[in-house]
Amino acid sequence: MSTTPSVTTAAQKDSSQVRQKEMIARHFDRLAAAPDSGARCAYTFVPGNLTELLLSFDVLPVLPEINALQSAMRGKTAEYIAAAEKLGHSEDVCTYVKSDIGMMKSGNIGPTGQRLPTPDLLLLSYTGCFTFMKWFELLREDYHCPVAMLHVPYQADGRITDNMRTYVVDQLKNVVIPKLEEVTGRKYDEDRLRAHLARSAQAEDDLVWVLQSAKNVPSPIDAYFGAVYYVGPIFSAFRGTADAVDYYRELRAEIAERIRQGKGPVTPDGEVERERFRIVVEGPPNWTSFRQFWKMFSDEGAVAVASTYSKVGGVYDLGFRHDPDHPLETLAEYCLGCYTNLSLPTRIDLLTRYLSEYRADGFLINSVKSCNSFSAGQLHILREVEARSGRPGGFIESDLVDPRYFSAANIKNRLESYFQMLDQKRAGAAS
Amino acid sequence: MNYTVGIDLGSTTTKAVVLGEDGAVLGRGITNSRSNYDVACSVALSEALINARFSLIAGQFQSIARDPAQAPALVGALERKFRAEQYRSQLRVLDTELRRFLSRLLTRPPAATGIVDRIAGRMTAEVDALYAEGARRKSDFFRDLAGSRYLALAEEEARATGVSFDLLAGLFDKAILDVENSAEAAGRFDEHAAAALAALPGADPALTTAVARVSALTLDQIGSVGTGYGRQRLPFPEGRIRSEILCHGLGAHAMFPRTRTVLDIGGQDTKAIQVDEQGIVTSFQMNDRCAAGCGRYLGYIADEMSLGLHELGPIASQSSAPVRINSTCTVFAGAELRERLSLGEKREDILAGLHRAIVLRAMSLLARSGGVKDEFTFTGGVARNQAAVAALRTLVEENYGARTVNISEDSIYTGALGAALFALRSAAAA
Repeated sequence: MSTTPSVTTAAQKDSSQVRQKEMIARHFDRLAAAPDSGARCAYTFVPGNLTELLLSFDVLPVLPEINALQSAMRGKTAEYIAAAEKLGHSEDVCTYVKSDIGMMKSGNIGPTGQRLPTPDLLLLSYTGCFTFMKWFELLREDYHCPVAMLHVPYQADGRITDNMRTYVVDQLKNVVIPKLEEVTGRKYDEDRLRAHLARSAQAEDDLVWVLQSAKNVPSPIDAYFGAVYYVGPIFSAFRGTADAVDYYRELRAEIAERIRQGKGPVTPDGEVERERFRIVVEGPPNWTSFRQFWKMFSDEGAVAVASTYSKVGGVYDLGFRHDPDHPLETLAEYCLGCYTNLSLPTRIDLLTRYLSEYRADGFLINSVKSCNSFSAGQLHILREVEARSGRPGGFIESDLVDPRYFSAANIKNRLESYFQMLDQKRAGAAS
Repeated sequence: MNYTVGIDLGSTTTKAVVLGEDGAVLGRGITNSRSNYDVACSVALSEALINARFSLIAGQFQSIARDPAQAPALVGALERKFRAEQYRSQLRVLDTELRRFLSRLLTRPPAATGIVDRIAGRMTAEVDALYAEGARRKSDFFRDLAGSRYLALAEEEARATGVSFDLLAGLFDKAILDVENSAEAAGRFDEHAAAALAALPGADPALTTAVARVSALTLDQIGSVGTGYGRQRLPFPEGRIRSEILCHGLGAHAMFPRTRTVLDIGGQDTKAIQVDEQGIVTSFQMNDRCAAGCGRYLGYIADEMSLGLHELGPIASQSSAPVRINSTCTVFAGAELRERLSLGEKREDILAGLHRAIVLRAMSLLARSGGVKDEFTFTGGVARNQAAVAALRTLVEENYGARTVNISEDSIYTGALGAALFALRSAAAA
């Protein structure tokens, strides 16, 4: 039991944070101006996003999942979800979907307070989430715009075969690219795509370095809550941009400096000065009480040293990098390798590996009500990872963006119990 | 004499367990939880210390009694007299408070003062019978005992005098808070013990000696740990608070050292806990954001049926054909119950079905936590309910085969016992 606070020093914004904020502001300015500027925009999802391809056509990406989570952090999702439920969407529907639909019906005001443009294309990259398909089906009804569907085969056997790769590449050639050409009136420019992909790989190298910095003891970063900010640019509209390259270079330098100074992670409430528990986390965070949720960890000196959620937009730490020499094949490989497209055994392998490589004390699963892609099988994962690693797993339940499903007292109770259990085991092992 | 205490502040009741320096349980105390957590803890602790003193009296008296075979019965009689004194003391405070609130009423019916006099007089006159040997009491809590009697008498008076029953009931609702929220209302041990002795004329003088020795003992608290749902509000420093998961694990291990799986069904949460051979928790699962299937559910059902909580189990046990109930939603419990009754189902069959539904939900948590290993210990308030226990035994055997199922008579104190053991360890390490 902690008797001294683990978090003391007041938090200060790093220059990479300021840079990211400016990047996002510029992007939303471009989106807000799109109806006047004539810029095209495509709505698309984080897992399996084809940002470099969109950018090569000068199409601006809009990420409805990111909008939903940002709406939650701004305290808007209760009203958006209510609006969607009023339209007939049941309580059991994914709350990202309901938040997005509610936002659309409430004027489509995005996270910066500016109106989002209507999509010229719904680019549906299907990577393990069936709801994505239904989501865009619903949006298509309202926006009356074309849908380009990229079907990505599930990695059921834990590996990517040549057939799978070819299958995705064929769709890119025959469905997605022609649709983008049709929507933009431009020809596909492979050289532009290669240039974006080269920048992606550069940023990915730095991102992986940042995420793997958590192998240090103490970890200079929080690889779950903190990583949400770190993966922001690369998971959204900025992969393949010079902005992203600059952002990750700067972030890497900042983290390198933290390591040099032996500092722990920065949280909204200050720096974690005493790392008491190193935790691997599986599952998305709760967004409606994100800061409170994080504080429940940092107050106990619990630092996430690795997480699977920070891989939903790409599992780069397993070695994948976008390859400008094979532009369509690399996009196919990227989509096939998304975390949501991985089988349960692969996820178990990954978590077990994280526990060992990051010298973690245990792992926690946040099972969210909305997302069966994540939650189905999580208890099996828990048991199996416990058995293989010998380290204890904890289990908490919440939701993505529906505030009704975040019971602070219950979650705090479970987290405290879990951390005390780790303490007790440690004391038991020491005696 | 030094002691450590563990306090489990639950959503329904607050429990305290007092341990001697050798780790033996000296006393246990319980009270109903209330908005004032400090008072709940203080009352539970003072009850545990009273219980501890009676244990000490029993021990001392046994060795010096004229007739050792009669010693336990005599100490039992002394404790009943003591409790009667304590009850009288609380009644006096209740009487004072009733009059105080009555005097504050803007429109006071002229007959009201006389009514309060008569009710207080009758309740005082009934005390000896309430604590007579073999007498059955519906509850151990003053609020429940005095409340049910007061309201029954108030109803009679309202009928006879025409004074509003609501007015009389309202007076009680206000007055009882001050009785409950004052730890002093229960009075002092030595005073009540002396009065209890005086009420046993002709008793073995050695009992007086034992009481005098124990009354003179100073009990010094050398460690305390708080746990339970309200632990963050316990009047303990942060370092002396433990999760109830750990406390239940350790408490169950202390009661039954071969325990490997613990199920605790409390007022608003259900916990399935796996422990190792040291009582260290290795994994656990709790109900999520909804209290469906927890003890509070049975509370609602009891209220709906105008029954005491402790009456549910015996009625359900009479069932020969339990109905199948799938919903354990606490809010829908009343609707489900009324619907079943309207369909002509028997009360005992519905109750048996409800108990099974609760246990089914607990079975799901047990499965999630890693299953039911041997030995299996069931704790918490619901472990006192024979129908829940029977349903659990059946379902455990059906799903996991033969298991030794441990249920202690003191299962409700499991969390507090674990907390007291943590306190003892800390005190020993200090």
